Amino acid sequence: MMDDEVEMVTIYVMGKRHRVPAGLTIMKAMEYAGHQFRRGAGCRGGFCGACATIYRTKGSYKLQGALACQKIVEDGMYIAQIPFSPAEKKTYNIEELRPDAGVFLEYYPEIARCLSCNTCTKACPQDIMVMDYVQAALRGDVEEAAKLSFDCIGCGLCAVRCPAEIVPYNIGQLARRLYSRHIVGPTEHVLKRVREIEEGRFDEEIEELKTLDREALQERYETRERRL
Amino acid sequence: MKRMSGYPEYMQESLRLVEKTRPERIGKTFPAMTAEEKERILRDWHPDYKEESKRPLRIGPCKGQVMPHEVADILEAHPAITPDEIDLTDIAYDLDVLVIGAGGAGLSAALLAHENGVERDRILMVQKLRLGDANSKMSQGGIQAADAPDDSPTLHYLDVIGGGHFANDPDLVEALVKEGPDVIKWHEELGVIYDKNPDGTMQLAPGGGTCRRRMHSCKDYTGLEITRVLVDEFLNREIPYVEFTCAVELLMDDKGQVAGSVLYDLDSDEYLIARAKSTVLATGGFGRLHIQGFETTNHYGATGDGIALAYHVGARLRDLDSTQFHPTGAAYPEQIVGQLCTEKLRGRGAQPVNKYGELFVYPLETRDVEASAIIRECYERENGVVTPTGMRGVWLDTPLIDIINGEGTIEREFAAMFRNFKKFDIDIREEPMLVFPTLHYQNGGVAINTRSETSIPGLYAAGEVAGGVHGKNRLMGNSQLDLYVFGRRAGRFAAERAKKISLGKLTLSHLDRYERWLAEAGIETDRRAPILLPEYRGKRTLEHQLKLL
Ligand SMILES: Cc1cc2nc3c(=O)[nH]c(=O)nc-3n(C[C@H](O)[C@H](O)[C@H](O)COP(=O)(O)OP(=O)(O)OC[C@H]3O[C@@H](n4cnc5c(N)ncnc54)[C@H](O)[C@@H]3O)c2cc1C
Ligand code: SF4
Ligand code: SF4
Ligand code: FES
Repeated sequence: MMDDEVEMVTIYVMGKRHRVPAGLTIMKAMEYAGHQFRRGAGCRGGFCGACATIYRTKGSYKLQGALACQKIVEDGMYIAQIPFSPAEKKTYNIEELRPDAGVFLEYYPEIARCLSCNTCTKACPQDIMVMDYVQAALRGDVEEAAKLSFDCIGCGLCAVRCPAEIVPYNIGQLARRLYSRHIVGPTEHVLKRVREIEEGRFDEEIEELKTLDREALQERYETRERRL
Repeated sequence: MKRMSGYPEYMQESLRLVEKTRPERIGKTFPAMTAEEKERILRDWHPDYKEESKRPLRIGPCKGQVMPHEVADILEAHPAITPDEIDLTDIAYDLDVLVIGAGGAGLSAALLAHENGVERDRILMVQKLRLGDANSKMSQGGIQAADAPDDSPTLHYLDVIGGGHFANDPDLVEALVKEGPDVIKWHEELGVIYDKNPDGTMQLAPGGGTCRRRMHSCKDYTGLEITRVLVDEFLNREIPYVEFTCAVELLMDDKGQVAGSVLYDLDSDEYLIARAKSTVLATGGFGRLHIQGFETTNHYGATGDGIALAYHVGARLRDLDSTQFHPTGAAYPEQIVGQLCTEKLRGRGAQPVNKYGELFVYPLETRDVEASAIIRECYERENGVVTPTGMRGVWLDTPLIDIINGEGTIEREFAAMFRNFKKFDIDIREEPMLVFPTLHYQNGGVAINTRSETSIPGLYAAGEVAGGVHGKNRLMGNSQLDLYVFGRRAGRFAAERAKKISLGKLTLSHLDRYERWLAEAGIETDRRAPILLPEYRGKRTLEHQLKLL
């Protein structure tokens, strides 16, 4: 910040008025205003979804959602954090499940109530096509649900807005695990290498490296062939 | 067709130069440094090599070990609690295995303790933030494992130990590289979606200091994908956990064993006693200590608690003199300064160039060398771009990625980066990023052996809090591997131990001993550790003081 002429804006954190420098993220602005986060902060980089926030701006009726660590404050913003969204995650044994629509209906039957209203998609700070992945799950298209939901950081903003009380992120999580485990399956060359290691294929080579003195080892390192 | 630029007007001229030299740079690279050149540039320009940024520790079993002032400060500090505040007879949790910290290492440990015969109700996970809200979730670039046909654990071994400047513990490195492929197999069984080629093989990228393509990724949300799967599995097993609760001190018993922890509930401000036969420390690193004033890539809870906790019970530490600065943190825009621009960008063809659009370093040197070269370019040669807040940076020419690998690559493989910059009107398909080194990783930590045991019985450590695996410098993708290799081992051996041992009488007398160490060294301070949460209130929000330069 250039401290000579910092432009200030007014924000309201849960109703309380604060003057903060323009250009700060909601998270930094709240800290500037004197908050020390306990809940509501995690990665601080848009990767964890701990900082879900709802806000209204001056002159707008719209209730909007954002990540506090990513969203820049605006003058006249009313801010409240939603650091927790109440939702029940079902427990299952991923190995025993089958990747079809039945799984979703069994664990999250409310998914059938989806109104296709698209509120979830509009609420998502990651710009994910949330409705589309919920619908894909409903159709049993596990791959589509997994791919569309991939960038989900579990912030919960879709779930708190859904009129059908669906928790999309739980559905996305289930879809992704099903997809990897039961549709993609294991990777042949990984399994092969695991077997080779178990058989002791590399033991001697590595043992030999461990006996080298620093100089000899450095020589090996510097002269190793790079194949990129 | 001129797009909107997300950069200020005065940077446009430099941007034009980058654009102009781009076609000539395709397929070209800058020669890698020789061993002597590397040594020289590290000595002259790496923040770690600045003697005045460090001091020898004055107390305890590792007295004399040199480490950054910020780290020595939390070790030369009073324990956060005094024994007389705590009622050791009021036991809230009686456990076989206590796991502290729910990042990748802690989650793996809890799962493996459960699989190795500890009943779920005899396990407890305590976590400062929410489950999984940790550095583990933030990893973008990927995880190394030598499973490609033209690769081998032996080559991986050479890369790790050479990258670590031969200071690594060879046994730990051996365990790391040999268990790599099994970790990937485990992840896939759990349902992690790795990037694959159309023929079903892994899509592998090179990383700084690797001699083969060995980096497995899940787009640029690798850590997010793995961590959320582990959290989901952890919840499926119904293992007990408490969030927003910190380990504030370790407990010992009168037989000299670690015996659990005093917990601090961040909601109620209460202390709780968790007695445990085995305790796994998986609290991650120290980025939020802002070594030398650097910005950091780390999550909010990365305050180095684990090293303080471990040192209070007398555990041996190692390699804390070396800190990893990631070569490419965001230098602009201000809102995301310090945040990571993943190394994989360079793995896929992005080149660091100076303000004239010239190459000045081989893009895939080891991190310490790459970072030093960027600092030199900005501060010795004055070829950096200065930001409105006075930071300097060089360009990371990302548009090359799509040019080399085909249109759509950036959006597909770097969704997170693309999104994070787009919010600030910077389209990294068309414009480069401005970058400068940022504080990234705690290379050293609590010393462990291949069973993840520390030097104190009953205390295990795994993940970033532990030291020895990476020596003096970690290569990209090896930390993500380390978490699971040593996290799983910690869980397994902690479970085995819990079946065999019995605990004596609980005590906090080690805190009195610590006070004596401080007094004997003549250290007078009002610092307390662990610090649990960083302090950014008020104008500290705006501080950027690089003590380095
Ligand atoms: C932005 C970023 C990108 C990265 N990219 C890569 C990459 O591409 N490849 C790679 O290999 N590595 C990468 N790393 C490094 C790697 O991800 C981390 O080193 C690793 O995840 C650390 O895992 P951990 O389980 O040891 O600690 P963490 O994942 O940090 O988890 C520790 C947890 O313990 C909690 N905790 C801390 N103190 C306490 C306490 N006193 N009581 C209770 N809980 C506590 C913390 O809040 C945290 O949630 C990256 C790191 C960052 C920050
Ligand atoms: S899908 Fe829902 S939980 Fe996931 S990022 Fe979008 S709004 Fe957040
Ligand atoms: S908000 Fe709910 S009901 Fe509306 S589309 Fe999304 S999931 Fe369906
Ligand atoms: S703090 Fe993690 S997404 Fe904002």
